[in-house]
Amino acid sequence: MLDVRGLKKVYEGPGRRVEAVRDLTFTVAAGELVCLVGPSGCGKTTLLKCVGGLLEPTAGEVFLAGRRVAGPPPGMAFVFQEYGRSLFPWMRVGANVELPLRQKGLGRARRGELVADALASVGLADAAGAYPWQLSGGMQQRVAIARALAYEPEVLLMDEPFAAVDAQTRADLEDLVRALWRERGITVLFVTHDIDEAVYLGQRVIVLSASPTVVQEQLRVDLPDGRDQVHTRVAPRFAELRTRVYEQIQAAKRSAAGAPLKEPRRADAPPPH
Amino acid sequence: MRGANAALGAAGLAAFLALGEAVPRLGLVGEEYFPPTSRIADALGTEAADGTFWTALGDTLTGWALGLAVAVCAGIVVGVLLSVVPYLREATASTIEFLRPIPSVALIPLAVLLYGTELRSVLLLVVYASFWQVLIQVLYGVRDVDPVAEETARSYGLGTWARIRYVLWPTALPYVMTGVRLAAAVALILAVTAELVVGAPGLGARIAVAQTSQAVPEMYALIVVTGLLGLLINVGARAVERRALAWHQSVRGEVAV
Repeated sequence: MLDVRGLKKVYEGPGRRVEAVRDLTFTVAAGELVCLVGPSGCGKTTLLKCVGGLLEPTAGEVFLAGRRVAGPPPGMAFVFQEYGRSLFPWMRVGANVELPLRQKGLGRARRGELVADALASVGLADAAGAYPWQLSGGMQQRVAIARALAYEPEVLLMDEPFAAVDAQTRADLEDLVRALWRERGITVLFVTHDIDEAVYLGQRVIVLSASPTVVQEQLRVDLPDGRDQVHTRVAPRFAELRTRVYEQIQAAKRSAAGAPLKEPRRADAPPPH
Repeated sequence: MRGANAALGAAGLAAFLALGEAVPRLGLVGEEYFPPTSRIADALGTEAADGTFWTALGDTLTGWALGLAVAVCAGIVVGVLLSVVPYLREATASTIEFLRPIPSVALIPLAVLLYGTELRSVLLLVVYASFWQVLIQVLYGVRDVDPVAEETARSYGLGTWARIRYVLWPTALPYVMTGVRLAAAVALILAVTAELVVGAPGLGARIAVAQTSQAVPEMYALIVVTGLLGLLINVGARAVERRALAWHQSVRGEVAV
C-alpha cells in the first residue's frame, strides 16, 4: 500500500546544511498498523511529512497504492500532534470535520452522514455544534481523528498524536485508534517517541536511527490482536519486545554519538527493491 | 461593577458640561468665542429643526461611507493579493512605506485640481487615508497564518482559493476588523476636513459657513455633531467586531474546559 524507497531529505539554509533523513526504505502493507519510533530529533516528523506529500524529498520516492506521491494525495489523511492548531477555531466541530469533504465535492447529504458517523465513532456524537476550544485536549484530538476518518482515507498518517495529552486520556485514545483500525481496515502509519505506545499499538515497529536517519531495525509485534491496557502491558512478551526496542534506540543514540558513523544494516542487508 | 462604571461615566460627562456652562458665565473666557453649554444646546436644537442640516449630515455620511467602502474593499483585495502572489510583497514593500506616511491633507490641492468641490474630491482624500489602515492590517494578518493550520488544509487537498477562503481569511479577520475600525475613524476626519477646506457640501462646509458668518454657537453645535458621529461609528464598529469574532480569543474570553 505504502512504499517508501531511498527517502532522503536535506534542509538547505544559508551556510547550513542539515541532513535530517539519510536513506529510508520500508513498506507498509494494506490494512497494516505500523509504528515508527526513534530517538527524539531523529527526523520522524520530516519523514511523515515527506510521506504525506507536504514536503518534497531531496531524493527517493514514496508510492501510495502504486502511484508516486507528489503533493498531498487524495487517499491520505494526516493527524497532527498540535490538535489545537490543526483544528480551525473559527469553525464548529461539525464544520471542521466537514470541510475536507466539501473539497472532495461530496453532496450535502453524504457529507452529513460521514460527519455524524465519524463523530459517533470517536464518541463525540453530541459535540458537532461546539467550537473546538470549548472541548478538552483529548476531545479535540478525537475531533481531529474524526475529521481524518470522515475523509475515508486509505492511509492514515499520525504524527505523535498523543504526545500532548495526559496519560489516562492517552491510554483511551490508543485503544480508540486500535479499535478504529480493526473496525475500518485502514492502513495506519503511527509516529511516536514512546516505546510502550509503539509496541502496544503496532503490528510492526520500525526503529529509526538518530539523525541523519536510516532504518535501524524492524520488529514484528507478535502479541495477540485483542489487546487491552491492563493485560497486554504486563504480558512477558510485551516486556521482551519493549526491551528489544529500547536497546535498539540506545544503540542508535550511541552510534550517533560515536563518530565516524558506520552506516548500519546496509552492507549485510541490501534493500529489497 | 458595570452599573457603577456607567454611573461614573455619566457623572464625569455631567461635570464636563457644567464646567462648559460655568466657565464662560463667570467671564473666565470670552463668551463670544466660547459660548456656554446651554447656548450650544440651543443652537443644536435649531440645527436639528433645519432641513439643510440633515442634507449636510447626509452628504458627510455619504462621503464617509462610500470612501470607507472603497478603501476597505481595495485594502483587502490588494493585501491578500500582495501576500498570495510570490515576491509581490517584497517588490512593493518600499513603495508602500513611501506612500503610506504622506498625509492625506497634502493631497487637497490635487483633489481640488482634479474634481473641484465635488463629492469625488472628498472620496479621493478619504480613500487615500483609510486605504493604508486596512492594507497594513491585512498584510500583518495574513502573515499570522498558523503553519499547522496551513499544513492541515494542504494535507486535505484544499486548493489555493479554498485555503484563502477557509484559513487565510479567518486568520486575518481580527486584523481586518481592527483596520476597518481605524479606517472608519480616519475616514470621518478626512471627510470633514475635505468639506471644511475644499468646500464640498457637508458638515465641514457648514462649519466653515458658520465660522465666516460669526455664528459661533452654531459652529460649536456642528462640531458636537461630528464628535457624536465619531462616537457612534466607533461603537458600531466594535459591535460588528464582537459579532464577527465571537470565536476569537480576544472576544470569547476564558472558557471552562
